Amino acid sequence: MASTAKKSLTLEEVGIAGLTGLVALYCLMAIANTTDAVMTFHAGVGLVFALAGIYAIFRGYANRSENPPQTVDGLPNYKLGPVKFATFMSMFWGLAGFLVGLIIALQLAFPALNFDLPWTNFGRLRPLHTSAVIFAFGGNVLLATSFYVVQRTCQARIAGNAAPWFVVAGYNAFIVIAGTGYLLGVTQGKEYAEPEWYADLWLTIVWVVYLLVFLATLWKRKEPHIYVANWFYLAFILTIAMLHLVNNATIPVSIFGTKSYIAWAGVQDAMTQWWYGHNAVGFFLTAGFLAIMYYFVPKRAERPVYSYRLSIVHFWSLIFLYIWAGPHHLHYTALPQWSQTLGMTFSIMLWMPSWGGMINGLMTLSGAWDKLRTDPVLRMMVVSVAFYGMSTFEGPLMSVRAVNSLSHYTDWTIGHVHSGALGWVAFVSFGAVYCLVPWLWNRKQLYSMKLVNWHFWVSTIGIVLYISAMWVSGIMQGLMWRAYNSLGFLEYSFIETVEAMHPFYVIRALGGGLFVLGAVIMIYNLWMTVQRGEAETASAKPAMAPAE
Amino acid sequence: MNRHAIFEKNSIVLTVGILVAVAIGGLVELVPNFYLKSTIEKVDGMRPYTPLELAGRDIYVREGCYLCHSQMVRTLRDEVERYGPYSLAAESMYDHPFQWGSKRTGPDLARVGGKYSDDWHVQHMNDPRSVSPASIMPGYPFLAKAVLDAESMTGHLKANAIVGVPYTDEMVAAAAADVMAQANPDAAEDLDGFEARYPNAVARDFDGNPEAVTELDALIAYLQMLGTLVDFKLYDGKADINLR
Repeated sequence: MASTAKKSLTLEEVGIAGLTGLVALYCLMAIANTTDAVMTFHAGVGLVFALAGIYAIFRGYANRSENPPQTVDGLPNYKLGPVKFATFMSMFWGLAGFLVGLIIALQLAFPALNFDLPWTNFGRLRPLHTSAVIFAFGGNVLLATSFYVVQRTCQARIAGNAAPWFVVAGYNAFIVIAGTGYLLGVTQGKEYAEPEWYADLWLTIVWVVYLLVFLATLWKRKEPHIYVANWFYLAFILTIAMLHLVNNATIPVSIFGTKSYIAWAGVQDAMTQWWYGHNAVGFFLTAGFLAIMYYFVPKRAERPVYSYRLSIVHFWSLIFLYIWAGPHHLHYTALPQWSQTLGMTFSIMLWMPSWGGMINGLMTLSGAWDKLRTDPVLRMMVVSVAFYGMSTFEGPLMSVRAVNSLSHYTDWTIGHVHSGALGWVAFVSFGAVYCLVPWLWNRKQLYSMKLVNWHFWVSTIGIVLYISAMWVSGIMQGLMWRAYNSLGFLEYSFIETVEAMHPFYVIRALGGGLFVLGAVIMIYNLWMTVQRGEAETASAKPAMAPAE
Repeated sequence: MNRHAIFEKNSIVLTVGILVAVAIGGLVELVPNFYLKSTIEKVDGMRPYTPLELAGRDIYVREGCYLCHSQMVRTLRDEVERYGPYSLAAESMYDHPFQWGSKRTGPDLARVGGKYSDDWHVQHMNDPRSVSPASIMPGYPFLAKAVLDAESMTGHLKANAIVGVPYTDEMVAAAAADVMAQANPDAAEDLDGFEARYPNAVARDFDGNPEAVTELDALIAYLQMLGTLVDFKLYDGKADINLR
């Protein structure tokens, strides 16, 4: 019994257990009071997750002989369990999200695939696709890398025992609730903000804990300076919190029901939505992934970041300008024109800080360009930065009112989004995960570099097919909508423009299929790395913590 | 650049700096829309949705129709000729959430009201390719079979009233009865009351099935009123203070 003196249930563990207990209590009350079948199901899921969480906290306490030390042999005792979990979930959700994307791409080419059922129609599957890739895949990559990078760059163990686990598990519980909700017809009807009020509230709690864990780890740092990647992670966490709270302000019909009505109406709601929507791109898919770039590219290239001064200038200008860009989603609509003009102007200015990030990423390879030939992981990350540069040039172009009058409502937008999402976000994530898995599981290297090479080329061809098909179909449809015949009448009926899209929808689905295939290759490679990879010798990596 | 060290060495200063930087754009673009009178035009004819139309709108949101159909005719010549008068901000002033959309895989629906017959809509929802062979829209045959929960609309009207839609206590109290009155006017006890509460609302059996009030009734009631409330013969576009 001598060891009991060394261990105690920390205040933070008690707090997290208490919070989870309150959620379990609400779920019980909801099950007892609701008349809504989906709420019964979701409260049941919530109850199971909450009880499992409380059990895990107390089991963790019972099984340990002492509280985890901050350092082992003078080196930081990094906590990698939550990082591993989020890395695993990112690949799981990634594959699921890409597959649903392929299915809905095929539905647009062959509508019989909707099966005329509520749970399988395009309108419910599309939010499933967008949320699965952005929030489930991208979100888990951000959680995994941020928890890894903040520990490494602060030379300190992450703050808290239960809290980091609460963040990663709670976030994935949110994904399960949101995703099943879409299939069952629960949605707020706002793009990229579809989860209903109770899922949003849960996410708010998780997010606040995320911010606290991140900040508290910064406070433990041994380095006097906060590393640049952490500026971007912090901007991502803070701004997403702000956007989430304002855009999702809503009044539930019943506190035990799923449906709610958004507080904002009409034009104000439109402005709020695209302020949110464009900055989900700006802070979730850009700032967060730039943080990944700022850690993993220099690490992999074994070169310092190109310019410290540029990172300062582009960080502040990027976060300041991005927020203004939203109204470019609403050109020529009932949004007041002053607002449209502001949105367009700032979107064009945004080109510069975006390319500042690209230049800082690419130029970090100065003196190491030869590695592109030999290291497909680094090549993937460098190509991702190139795609980032391309889509951040295309974006300002499309935000110009005259261009937007043609591109808006067409597939051009879909192509633009995917050059950013597949080319930039997914590729930089793949690169980071290829780096992370051997580090986390103590492996010398990946199972096969040849497979990484295959993944790279199959996916790149997939992306090129996807975005070029969407450029052609988008611009063509936009031109057909506005075409006049010699008598001054509109040349094409709407349905004729739909028919013209068909071949491009098939090509797009083919490109998406290749991208899915690439992800399958990656997952096989990672699986084999963990299962068969040669273990890193202890002397080479003394700082690694035992798996927990 | 050494002055930047204050941000790099102090996480709270960095946090505050980030919050200030990201708050400004949002404040400038969001807040004025709530108090500038020019944001929403003054028009005649706008009224809250009837309970049946609101139920239809909820189904429209539930099925994700907004992911393929916009409800926003832009101020462009071809759009006005294809769809009708450009959309006014006032026309979505009671929309929680707005459904302007961002993609036209299918056509804009801002002015679809009255363009097609109820029968066409019934057929189209049941099997889109039976009326438009090249359509890529999913079929929604399940709507005609789903009986609408009229009683629940009371709570929905209440929630809408809280967020600012001018539903009166009388409207809330009559919500369930008004659903039945609009979808089945022949059997309605208080049709006059319904018509007084919702001027110019059309009451009829939308889905052609007098046996039950279904989700299809609600959806078609909603689609048939879209874009019909403002009379553009009377609307003075030159008085458009929105500066578009």
